[in-house]
Parts: sequence; C-alpha cells; structure tokens
Amino acid sequence: MGIELLGGRILAPFFGSSVHIWGSIITVFMLSLSFGYLIGGKLSTKNVSLTRYGCIFLFAGITVLPITLWSGNIMEAIFISIEDSRYGSLAASMALFFIPTIILGMISPYSVRLLVTDKDKSGQVAGVLYFVSTLGSALGTIITSFYFVLFFEVNAIIFTFSMTLIIFGFIAITFDKLSKTKNENSTGAIHE
Amino acid sequence: MNKLFVICLLVTFSNVSFAKVIHKERSLYRNIIVEDNYNLRCLKFNVKTSKTNQSCLYIDDPQKLVFNYTKLLFSSLLLLDKAPESILIIGLGGGTMSNSLHQLYPQATIENIEIDPAVIKVARQYFGFFENDKITSKVQDGRIFVKRAAMKKQKYDWIILDAFNGDYIPEHLLTKEFLEETKSLLTKDGVLSANTFSVSDLYAHESATYKAVFGDFYNVRNQKNSNRIILTSNNSLPSGEIIIERVKKLSSSLTPFGVDIAKISSNMTSTKEEQDWSDNTKVLTDQFSPANLLNQ
Repeated sequence: MGIELLGGRILAPFFGSSVHIWGSIITVFMLSLSFGYLIGGKLSTKNVSLTRYGCIFLFAGITVLPITLWSGNIMEAIFISIEDSRYGSLAASMALFFIPTIILGMISPYSVRLLVTDKDKSGQVAGVLYFVSTLGSALGTIITSFYFVLFFEVNAIIFTFSMTLIIFGFIAITFDKLSKTKNENSTGAIHE
Repeated sequence: MNKLFVICLLVTFSNVSFAKVIHKERSLYRNIIVEDNYNLRCLKFNVKTSKTNQSCLYIDDPQKLVFNYTKLLFSSLLLLDKAPESILIIGLGGGTMSNSLHQLYPQATIENIEIDPAVIKVARQYFGFFENDKITSKVQDGRIFVKRAAMKKQKYDWIILDAFNGDYIPEHLLTKEFLEETKSLLTKDGVLSANTFSVSDLYAHESATYKAVFGDFYNVRNQKNSNRIILTSNNSLPSGEIIIERVKKLSSSLTPFGVDIAKISSNMTSTKEEQDWSDNTKVLTDQFSPANLLNQ
C-alpha cells in the first residue's frame, strides 16, 4: 500500500494528478494482486518450504528496485508514445508496478499454506493473516502519506521498502537452513 | 439602544444573508459554487467562506478587476520590453484574467489550461469568459500541457501560473523540475508570474525553488492581503529606471481595469536586496514535495 500511494507521486510529473491517475494505479494493483493470489496458491501445492517463501520476498524486493532506478526513463518513453494521459498512466503503472505487485500478492496464500497445520483452524489462520496484512496496509498508507513524504525522497522510501523485503527474504531462508541443519543433527544423533 | 440594536442587526445580516447562490455543482475535482452578493459575483471551490473565493467580478462593471492578486499580476508587464504576443495561463478560475488581457492586447494569443471541464463551463456561463481564434481553453493537467508544449518547442512571452486545488497549488506544479520545464517555454525575454500565498515552512521552500531555477526574482505584494506574486524573467531583471519609465507608459492603459501600476511597482521587492528565507532551505523536487503538508 505504501508503494501504491507513492505511485501517485511517481506518475504525477508525467501524467498529472487527474482522477484517472488513481484509476490506473488502483486497477493495476488490484489486477496484479489477483494474479498474485492465484499463482501464490498454485505454488503452495508443491514442495512447500520456508526457503521458497523467502525467495518470494527476495524477488519482490528486487522487482521493486527498477522503480527507483529507471522510472523516469520508462515514463518518458511512454509519455512520448502515448498521447492520451489516461492510457499513458495505465501503461506506466503497468510497466512499473505490475510484476512486483504480482509477487507481493503471492505472499498471502503461501503464508496460509505455511501456517495452517490443522484443517479445523484454517479459517482462523486465514482470518489472522488477513487481519495482519490489511492492518499493515493501513499503517503503511498512513505513515507513508503523513510522515515519510515529509522527511524522505520518494526513491529513498521505495528503496527502504525494497531492502526490507530482501532482508525478510534472507531471514526466512537462513532460518530454514538453520532449522534443517539442526534437524539433520538431531536425527543424526538418534541414528548414532 | 434600539437604534444600536438595529444597526448591529443590519451589519451582521448585510454580510451574510444577501449572498445568493446562483449555481452549485459537484465536479470531478471539487464543489463549484457561484454566488451573487449585491454587485459582486464570485466563484468558490468547496466551502462557503470568503477565503475560498477563486475569482470575482463586478456584475455592472465586468472590466474592473476585483482581486488584488489579479491586479498584482499586471506588474509582469514592467518586465517586458514590448507588448506580449503569446500568453499562457495555467488555471482558469472565472477567466477574468484572460478576458482582461484580451481587452488590453487584442492581438495576443491567449491559451488557458484548466484541469476541470466544469470550471470552464461555469466561467463561460457566469463570468463572461469568451473564446475566439486568439483565445483558447484546453482541459488538461498543467504539468502535462507544459511537458507536451516543450516537446513541440512552443514559446510564450508571458506565462501565468494560477492553478489551485482545494488547499493550495498542486504539489507537482511546485517542483524544480516543473519550473525548469515551464522556463523552457519562455521566449528569450519571456516573463513568468506565479500567484502564491504560502505560509510557514512552505514559503521558504517555494522561494528557494524559484530562486534555484530563475535566479533572483521580484516579490509583489499588497499590504491588504496575503497573496504574493512571484515575478521572474528568463532574462536578467530590469533596472529601477527602466521600470519607472515603463510605469509611466503603462499607467493610463491599465486604469480602466482598476490597476494602479505606480502603486504596485512601489510594492515590488527584489530578492537580490531582500531575501527572507535561509540559504540552506531544501528545494522542492519531484522526489521531495510535501507541499500541502508544509503549508499549515
């Protein structure tokens, strides 16, 4: 949500602040989240592991980075080739946000798969996850729009989001590795 | 005692109850209200207070300008060595500026850019905003227009920035990048004037941004209200003598509009002599522009 909010800021220099800017951004985010949920769910049916979960975070973080690096060039190219600012802003938000948001959307269903251990409790786990992620979105929106934009440049904020995702990814992967080696050690001990 | 009471009553009511709303609509961007108060017709955005008047005219004397800031904008002519041939106005309001400039310079082309089609409609219907082959209006975000115009290498002698949303100037029209793009549209001796009324923190940021792009500029103020016209030129600012000379030349042609150019020129201060913000103020950019948050 933080990124979505900054999306308006990023597009404004090229496509203005008309209502259709928000139309484009919200459309692209909803569209890519829906695909993300679908793909994330599918992915969670085979070889589930915390490492794979961490990789989703890692990829999300990496695909967010081009926004800070090349958004100017990308938007300029679109601005020149598409005259109508409605379709221009739609194309630009597609180019900038479609892929990272798909990957971010994969996190929710994958989390459900990892956290559900008992069929009876699956509804409760999903409920808690929705609670956490939507509350997080609300906080991300308000903190970004009320405070972050006052103190930091847009790129610095996006970069921080990206780094946070990457760090989360690494934490998940390392945690998985550690617990596996621990398991191997303990199973090894039993065998001995 | 009774007399006093009646007078009090009259005073209170004369201010409020005679304003009649003659048009009200909700556009894509805002509420638009047109209100008649005796001889005065005003365009308002959002709420019904006098602070939010965007544009006003005298119903029986539409030529005479009501607002100080519109009068102050004429100070731009003191920076031009000849009559402007092409004028760009970003932010239409009631279209009174466009009308007045057409009367003053019938030969000049005037392009009005306005984001809200409803504002253009209301300007035509209630404020006598007129268009012909010289005066045009276009529905577009100011920033996009400027970018496209720069690509087409269009040039203007005089650019007026007068775009406002409910709070203040939209953030993407306050940044260094925007001002640079706009500057590239000016002819060699072209002039840009911006209507502003920033307070507190934003005042310094806004000033620093204009200075970063244009160098020293004139602040044109009027003691009566808080508007400040930022007056900049693509060329260097003219000397005091030249300005005095131009005041003499212009004063009679501006009187019909209620503009006292001699008085206005005495309220012009150059930032070269008087800079009222600190040198290390952060410039507003597309990356950093929390304008509406600062203006509180």
